[in-house]
Order: sequence, then C-alpha cells, then structure tokens
Amino acid sequence: MSDSIRNEISKERKEYLRKLKLRKTAILTTQIALLVLFFISWEIAANLKLIDPFITSQPSRMVKTFQNLYKGGELFQHVGITCLETIVGFLLGTITGTVIAIILWWSEFLSRVLEPYLVVLNSLPKVALGPIIIVWMGAGPGSIIVMALAISLIVTIMEVLNGFLTVDQDKIKLVQTFGANRLQILTKVVIPANFGTIINSLKINVGLSWVGVIMGEFLVSKAGLGYLIIYGGQVFQLDLVMTSVIILAIAATLMYQGVAYLEKLLVKNNGH
Amino acid sequence: MLYSEIRLMFVNCLQEVFALEYIVEINGLGMKYQSLNGEINAIENIDLSVKKGEFISIVGPSGCGKSTLLSIICGLLTPTSGHVLINGKSLRGPSSDVGYMPQKDHLFDWRTILQNVLLGLEIRKIMTDENKQYALNLLKTYGLYEFKDKYPYQLSGGMRQRAALIRTLATKPEILLLDEAFSALDYQTRLAVTDDIYKIIKKENKTAILVTHDISESISMADRVIVLTSRPARVKNIHEIKFDCENRSPLSCREAPEFRYYFNAIWKELDIHV
Repeated sequence: MSDSIRNEISKERKEYLRKLKLRKTAILTTQIALLVLFFISWEIAANLKLIDPFITSQPSRMVKTFQNLYKGGELFQHVGITCLETIVGFLLGTITGTVIAIILWWSEFLSRVLEPYLVVLNSLPKVALGPIIIVWMGAGPGSIIVMALAISLIVTIMEVLNGFLTVDQDKIKLVQTFGANRLQILTKVVIPANFGTIINSLKINVGLSWVGVIMGEFLVSKAGLGYLIIYGGQVFQLDLVMTSVIILAIAATLMYQGVAYLEKLLVKNNGH
Repeated sequence: MLYSEIRLMFVNCLQEVFALEYIVEINGLGMKYQSLNGEINAIENIDLSVKKGEFISIVGPSGCGKSTLLSIICGLLTPTSGHVLINGKSLRGPSSDVGYMPQKDHLFDWRTILQNVLLGLEIRKIMTDENKQYALNLLKTYGLYEFKDKYPYQLSGGMRQRAALIRTLATKPEILLLDEAFSALDYQTRLAVTDDIYKIIKKENKTAILVTHDISESISMADRVIVLTSRPARVKNIHEIKFDCENRSPLSCREAPEFRYYFNAIWKELDIHV
C-alpha cells in the first residue's frame, strides 16, 4: 500500500489529483467536440451545396435511412447476421488455432515439417481464396465464416505456438523434477503461462474476423452489413453505404471492447 | 597411480560397510553431450557420497558442468557412464526422494501461494488430506500461512524464496538440490535468505546439495565443499568445513576466523584468472 492511501491526503496530492481530473475532462470534451463538429460541418456543407450529398450523403439523410431500416425491421436482421458470423468466425479461429498450436507444440517433428507451409499460407492474401471458398461452400453464411476463419487461423497458430515455445525452460524443468509428463507440462505450465497470449490473439482475431466477414459478404451474401454496403454502392445509394459503415464501426468497436473487458476479468489475478 | 587405486578400493570398501549411511552415492559418473559441432565432455568419472543430513556444496569454474551434475541427480538427464544411487536404489527418472530448488523461485504468477505450494503434490498425484495438511503446517511454521491466498507478486523476494522451498518440501523429499539458488536475489537479501533457508533445511533435517559459484556461500552453508575442475568436471578436492562456533548459521560462520582460511584454499584451487 502506498503512503498516500494510508495517510491523509496532502494539499499537494489534492492539487495533483485535481489537475489529473481536469486533463481527463479536457481530453474527453475535445474528443466529443471533434466528432460533433465533423458531423455539423458535413451537414452544413451538404445543405449549402458545397459538397454533393448524392455522392457524399449527409448526416440528416443517414438518420432517415437508419430510421427506415429500423422501421422495416431490417436493421437488427442485418446487424445480427453480421455479428453472428463474426463471433462464430473468431471463436472458431481462436479455438482451432489454439488446438493446432497445441498439436504442433506436442510434436516438434510435425511442427518442423509444417513450418514452410505455414509461412506460405501466412504470406498468401487470403481474399484470393474467396472464389474457391464460394465454389466449395456455396453462396451462404458457411462461405463467410470460412473466409473469416481463413484470415484469422494462421495468425492465431503462429502467435500461440510462439508463445508456447517461449515459456521459461526453468519452469518446465521445475515441474519435470516433480515427475511431470508432457500433458502435465502442457496443462500446468504452458497453457496457463500463455493465457495472456491466447486472450490477446482473441483480440486480434475479432478485428481479423470482421475483415473476413465483410469481405465474404461483399462476395456472396444476401444479408448483413457487408451486403448493405455493397448493395448501396451498386444502386448508388450512398446514404445506405454511409449509414452501414457507421453501424459497422460501432458494432466492431463494441465487440472489441467486450473482448478487452473479458481480458480484464480473466487476467485480473495474473499480476503485473 | 598405485596410491589412488588403493585409495579407491579403500573408499569402496568403506562404502560397502557403511552403505546405509550414504543417502546419495555417485560412482564413475560421466556425461558426454552430442551436438552438430562435436562432442562435449561435460563430466568425467565423478565419485561422490553424501551422508544423511549432510550439507554439501559443489563449486567449480563457470561452465564446468555443475548444473549438468545436478540435472543428473534430479533424474532429468541420463548419464552416459556410471550411475547414481539414491538410498541404495539406482536412479531412473525424477525420484520422489529428491527435491529441486531452481535459481529463481519460479512461483507461478497464476497460482496463489497455497496452489503453488501444492504443485508437486498435484503433479505427483498424491494430494491426500494428510499431505495437504503437511503443506499447510509448513506454511504455518514458516510464517506464510496468512499469505496463502495471496499471489506471488504480492510477496517480497525473501518470502517468495520461502514459499519456493516449502513447495519443494511439501512432497517430503529427503534430499534437496539447490541449483545456484538465491543467485537471482540482490546481495543483502541473499545473505538473509541464505540464513533463513539454511535454518529451515536443518530444522527439517534434510540432506542438501548446493551448487554455486559463490565461494563464501559454499563455505558458509556446507559441511563439505567439493571443488570441481574445469571441463570435463572431475573432483579436484574435498574440504571438510568445521567451525568452532555453537549454533552454526551461514551468517555466524562468516565471522569465524577459519572462514578466511577455507576461502583462500578454495580460491587457489579454483585457479581463476581474468
């Protein structure tokens, strides 16, 4: 416990805390002001015909589009489908990736054999696999999830395996002196020591899964935010495109924050 | 040559007569490592016997194979020649009679102190109520009971070392192997922790083998100091350490007049040049 908590708060500390709070408020206010200013100038510029709202859309039209989507009941359908695909994609990516990393950690031979293939697959832009996936999986949610998986899987394997291999050898030696077998080394040392790495890959995978899902929806879907964006573009309805992009930004941020919150809960006791 | 052969026969004879007295017997131990660049002869023909309750220090030039020797006694490495007997039984794999103390405490961040202390019982699958109670009693005796639900980062360096020792003691080993233990601590803490751990080891009446490169530390703790040669490691000399003081402890030893004598003798044998 630091002195400041035990003792009465000194005048200097009060001043310090007040300054800290003031600065925090200043940052938040500026952040909000920036956003509001951006949308207001967008709206005014569009109203004064400084920019062409047919091409750029404008906030008031976006609100209207949003209301229409909401009234038609489509809003939650589209957002729901995209979110569901993303969640399935990133859970599958993390779980499959971690399981494959465990197998590769277990067998050094296998990991040496597969190393060049992993490097090639990691370098390959996964979007190029899109047409193949569509032909194999059909034009449905299956393709979209596989797309998300393709983008996140290899990164997860490499990230998690790397974490597994950098576990302190002395910690492994310690449990070996207790007679630990390979499974015990895995469950008592390697996995718990890499809990943070796995959670971290979850965080990366959320982002990558969004990329995969939107990419997949561009290619095949009949619903979802990616579909709304590509459809809006095709029929030149920029209001729909802009609205969908903003909904997408909000949904992606919320999901990322959710995982970040989960991380905070889970690694609370890991110290440091 | 003749003399050394006779001496060996004599030693062997003595060992057979007093076989039960020795808890660790090492005979003709040799270890060669293979690597792409060639063969490394780490240990050559080491004979060593340790009595029950004895405290042995092993010193040697850095990189001489001290840690290899310890890994062999742990059962983690199989020697290329010779053998190790623990309680008269040939060693195959990690033995439950041997407890290992690594350089750092290596308490697991994700486990509470109690969970850390129970690690060995968990891995050996001997988590009985009796054994668990034994571990709890150790925590009580050595003042860590109230910290049992804390996480390692909440403890001081000295307390962490205690917890690490209790983790080793919890599986009731008869022999403790201290591998450069405490060397990760700063000097002042280290002196205090050494004293602390020494007293616990003596109180629990354990046999201990300490590997170190610190001459003072080896003298202050040990009944015998084994000096090894540089690679390949062989036994160069064995010093019986005797102090006249009562209630011997590592700190009080350092005050004794004999201390300097032992230090100089070992220092000369290690033959360290910059």
